[in-house]
Amino acid sequence: MDDLEPVAGLRHAAILRSQHPHARIRGIDPTAAKRLPGVVGVVTGAEIGAVAGVIPSVVRSKIRYRVCATTKARYAGEPIAVVVADNRYIAEDALELIEVDYDPLPGVSWLEDAVRPDAPLLFEEAGTNVAQTRRFAYGDPDAAFASAARTFRYEYRYPRSMATPMETYGVIANFEPRPDRYTIWSNFQGPFVLQPLMAVSLNVPGNRLRIITPLDSGGSFGLKQAVYSYMVLMAAVSRLLGVPVKWTEDRLEHLMASSSATDRMGEVEAAFTSEGELTGLRFGNVVNLGAYIRAPEPASVYRMHSTSNGPYRVKNIAVENSLVVTNRVPAGLNRGYGGPQFYFALERIMDIAARGLGIDPVELRRRNLIRKDEFPYGCPAGSVLDSGDYDACVREVLRLADYADLLKRRERARAAGKLFGIGMAVGVEPSGSNMAYVGLAQTPEQRGNAEPKSGANASVTIAMDPGGSVTVQLDSTPNGQGHATVASQIVAQELGLSPQDVDVITEADTRGMAWSIASGNYSNRFAALVTSAVMLGARRIGTKLKQMAAEEFGVPAAAIELADGAARVTADSQRSISVGRLAARAHWHPAGMPMGMEAGMHESVVLDAPLLTAPDAADRVASALTYGFVADLAAIEIDRATGRLDVVKYVSVHDVGTVLNPKIVDGQVQGGFAHGLGAALFEELIHDREGNFVTGSFAEYLCPTAPEMPVLYIGHVSTPSPHNLTGAKGMGDGSSMLAPAALANAAADALGREDIELPLTLNRVWALANKSAPAVGGGS
Amino acid sequence: MLRLKSDARHPVTLEVNDQPRIGHAEPRLLLSDFLRHELGLYGTHVGCEHGVCGACTVIVDGRAVRSCTQFAVECDGAAVRTVEGLAGQGELGILQQAFRRHHAVQCGFCTAGILMSATDFLGRHSDPSEMEVRDMLSGHICRCTGYYPIVAAILDAARAIREAEG
Amino acid sequence: MKPAAFDYCRPDTLDEALELLHELGSDASVLAGGMSLGAMLNMRLVRPAAVVDIKRIPGLKAAIIGSEVSTGATLTQAAAFEHETLIRELPLLALALPWVGHFQTRNRGTLCGSVAHADPSAEMPLVLTTLDGEVELQSVRGTRRLQAREFFVDAMTTARAHDELLTALVWPARRPETRHAFVEIAQRHGDFAIVACAVEAVVDPHDRLVSLAMGLGGVESRPFVADTAAFVGERACPALAQAIAASAAERVNPMTNLNVSAAYRRALVRSLGAQAIAEAFAAKPTT
Repeated sequence: MDDLEPVAGLRHAAILRSQHPHARIRGIDPTAAKRLPGVVGVVTGAEIGAVAGVIPSVVRSKIRYRVCATTKARYAGEPIAVVVADNRYIAEDALELIEVDYDPLPGVSWLEDAVRPDAPLLFEEAGTNVAQTRRFAYGDPDAAFASAARTFRYEYRYPRSMATPMETYGVIANFEPRPDRYTIWSNFQGPFVLQPLMAVSLNVPGNRLRIITPLDSGGSFGLKQAVYSYMVLMAAVSRLLGVPVKWTEDRLEHLMASSSATDRMGEVEAAFTSEGELTGLRFGNVVNLGAYIRAPEPASVYRMHSTSNGPYRVKNIAVENSLVVTNRVPAGLNRGYGGPQFYFALERIMDIAARGLGIDPVELRRRNLIRKDEFPYGCPAGSVLDSGDYDACVREVLRLADYADLLKRRERARAAGKLFGIGMAVGVEPSGSNMAYVGLAQTPEQRGNAEPKSGANASVTIAMDPGGSVTVQLDSTPNGQGHATVASQIVAQELGLSPQDVDVITEADTRGMAWSIASGNYSNRFAALVTSAVMLGARRIGTKLKQMAAEEFGVPAAAIELADGAARVTADSQRSISVGRLAARAHWHPAGMPMGMEAGMHESVVLDAPLLTAPDAADRVASALTYGFVADLAAIEIDRATGRLDVVKYVSVHDVGTVLNPKIVDGQVQGGFAHGLGAALFEELIHDREGNFVTGSFAEYLCPTAPEMPVLYIGHVSTPSPHNLTGAKGMGDGSSMLAPAALANAAADALGREDIELPLTLNRVWALANKSAPAVGGGS
Repeated sequence: MLRLKSDARHPVTLEVNDQPRIGHAEPRLLLSDFLRHELGLYGTHVGCEHGVCGACTVIVDGRAVRSCTQFAVECDGAAVRTVEGLAGQGELGILQQAFRRHHAVQCGFCTAGILMSATDFLGRHSDPSEMEVRDMLSGHICRCTGYYPIVAAILDAARAIREAEG
Repeated sequence: MKPAAFDYCRPDTLDEALELLHELGSDASVLAGGMSLGAMLNMRLVRPAAVVDIKRIPGLKAAIIGSEVSTGATLTQAAAFEHETLIRELPLLALALPWVGHFQTRNRGTLCGSVAHADPSAEMPLVLTTLDGEVELQSVRGTRRLQAREFFVDAMTTARAHDELLTALVWPARRPETRHAFVEIAQRHGDFAIVACAVEAVVDPHDRLVSLAMGLGGVESRPFVADTAAFVGERACPALAQAIAASAAERVNPMTNLNVSAAYRRALVRSLGAQAIAEAFAAKPTT
């Protein structure tokens, strides 16, 4: 984004951010800042609030979210004013000249503090920091637990982290009084359900809020969903000051005040028969949403909800979710989105139960995994698992890991007094999200009072120009995942062209393209949905070409094939006409088109997924179109003297359905693993109890670098999805969801204790290995 | 003695990718900002502005350095190599080809810096071990690839360079 | 994050530099490699009125090897590591340098800059202190030398006066029959040390300990030198290494900061210290 100057006269913004995690803002005096040479203007939160209103939330509560603080700041780093100047240097100088009269308030940033009755309140009008508690029951969990031979309970914590793409947020906002339109360029990844919410906040009709996502985005992993807050902010600033405004977020801002995954605490219980059949699950999750409920939260809590059974054959499930606000940045999408937290609880209890039952943890899982003849499998909370062979994946893990040998290594190591542990984590990977699932944050009655929501449309247009080359417009806003490559492959294959003949537009422009609220790049929707839309659109063009050629050669359309840039009679390939000629005909001579065929070579496809309906009155919903499967196994050795944790072996097997591009798939698997490893061993966003942000730079927030990456053995199993045209299941979250659980399980196994907290830093591992209580690293 | 006032822009001359370039800079203008916004060389990216992530790495007087913690005025007269100088006439350099072969680029934001570090490194180490390559990469953060294909690409490029030089 | 405005001064001679520092005092920051200063400027943690770039002053880049070894203010860590004679003269420095930052930061970071910055976890202050080296400070008032132990006062705080320039580190020339080890533990490769241990040992032909210099970095707010006199004459073996390290572990008063407790640091002194000393005992002595 920082490279771009799409409009003349750009000025540069810097944001004045609250120094305090919690404070009343009594007054802001920008006089001195405005006088600084080179400053175009300064706008305060009150002025911004008049132009950018509250952003709606699905949760009914007294909590209101605005993109800029007005009378109260609720997290360190919350925007309270914006300076616009000729360049960023001057803008930052001006920030220092703004006088703010703060009335600091006691802050609360740790969950256990925030839920106490005497806790400082972020929203006095709400009377509590617990924004909402919802309870769910599927099957008969109480009966399952009452009659269980064995039950197990685990209290868990999951820390805050964020996937920190290397490119930070970028926004260029331009308000034009005539025709009263906002144009915003940003490395925004969607989901475009946020466009109408932004329009509501800015009080403009949807077609007066044009969003453009340029070609190159330097990574996102979910984080660039929340840039929309800054899109609205800069849009308002542009309107108020009458200049186009560019804002490039710096890394310190990104770490403190962009977005993050939720941290959680809670408990999980599991009920088993004496043979190890899992009969019931109970989850109690207390979720830290940060200072506001910022849409689309609490989606991170509900994304995995309708597969609360994970990959297991358990029908009796109870879930209680408490949403809590604290003095931290509002949470949002992050890699794995709710998956790491969910699988940490589920896979830890499986290991704990295995030890309690005296059954090998791998074996316990194999007894309970959904079997390959049970698909499609209806989960108790509503999701339909389309296809899978979970046990085959586990067998492949065991083979790649040489599990028998690992067990022997563990025995030998332990005999020598070493700390050696093995841990597994398995899980389903949803993709192609049903936009409706966040409605689970409402009661059925509340849902009944509003328009129903459902679906996961993918919108694609394909055009063939008079020369026969093809242009495809996607609605998937990629940030490094190779969508253009895969889309061009699919189109080329359908039409008998080479991928070089296909130009794929990955830039989005809400003014010109077909889009829906589901558009964007999140929840692995590209492979699950968008590729099928691409295939469908290409097929429609292909059908036209075949019909035209069929008429040319006097044969049925079924006798025509598309190959090598031509349409030819399959049985007699000398009878061939180039695609270029057919395309030219369609453009130059529409009157000559076959009878009944629509003119032109332009197809617009909106592919929906009828399976993805609204939640029912029992809070059941099919929340994703396809489900992949991931099975990870970690073997580690811990040095008691130093706390050094060595990953001796790590194996990860993925079922992504049809593999569209093996290199891209493996690249995503490796990257997902790196994020999971980081969250497990190095990364934590730390606030002190009051909410002051501690891990303020890349010197404190530790991302894994090359020497930290262990060898990764990747395996593949493939069960194509019957729910779409390509059979591909979205992927990309992968081991980001499972590695934290697998490594925690390995650590528990190595250390012989269950109170494992992440990240497993040197100090924490040393403390765990040497019998002391683990050092709590700062409020997760 | 050179003494440049803080509030004035001063001419800074660099030889960038073998071409003389001149721009103007206040003393505090970072070399990264100078290359990008003053000289229009946007290939160098900025990932952290505190010298940790390596995205801004360029080669100054033969050494790979972070351009976000250097000032343009400080480099006056220096020879600078940026990622724009790696490709020949329309052809990717050996390192870049290796990166492509190994799918070592996903979002691409960290890539330029890594290419410059690797260029300096391979100029000094013709047959590095994998550990040495990983060690050299420890000054770079990539969030997309897990580094596996980057390491493979650099080792592959080292081999290709050795073969080319016979 | 962009720095606050500053004047940029680039003296051509040492005298010019000293005059400038005399004129500006604490309003000036000295810029050599900029590896510490650059980030602090960008984050506006420091806002000097002027930055004094000493990189083009002749004579400050040198490594001078004689009866003592002197490394100048603008000698980079990379250049030091590539300086064969220097590395031969200072084997402990050679062992420590690969641990300093990353390949890219060593290309600009200087030995003297690291010493002047005085981060408690930094390797250069630790090695200098362990070897009982000195810093050379110059000002308009003249030249003086301070022992490393006197120079490091506290975290990021040294005895350098505002108008003094740290012009060189002075190291004792290599003594024959010395054995060296350097061990460090950090969360990630290249991070600041959580604890680092530098050792120079002399062992007689009968395996008896003649002398042991053991320095610890990252433990207290400045490098800690262990008192090892009591162990002179003992047999140099792993058990002795453990005893010396244990004794040091009892005596240190470790810091507590983000993610790292005092108790953990103390434990590392014990284990890393033992490892470093044992490695030194087993190392080939200098000739």
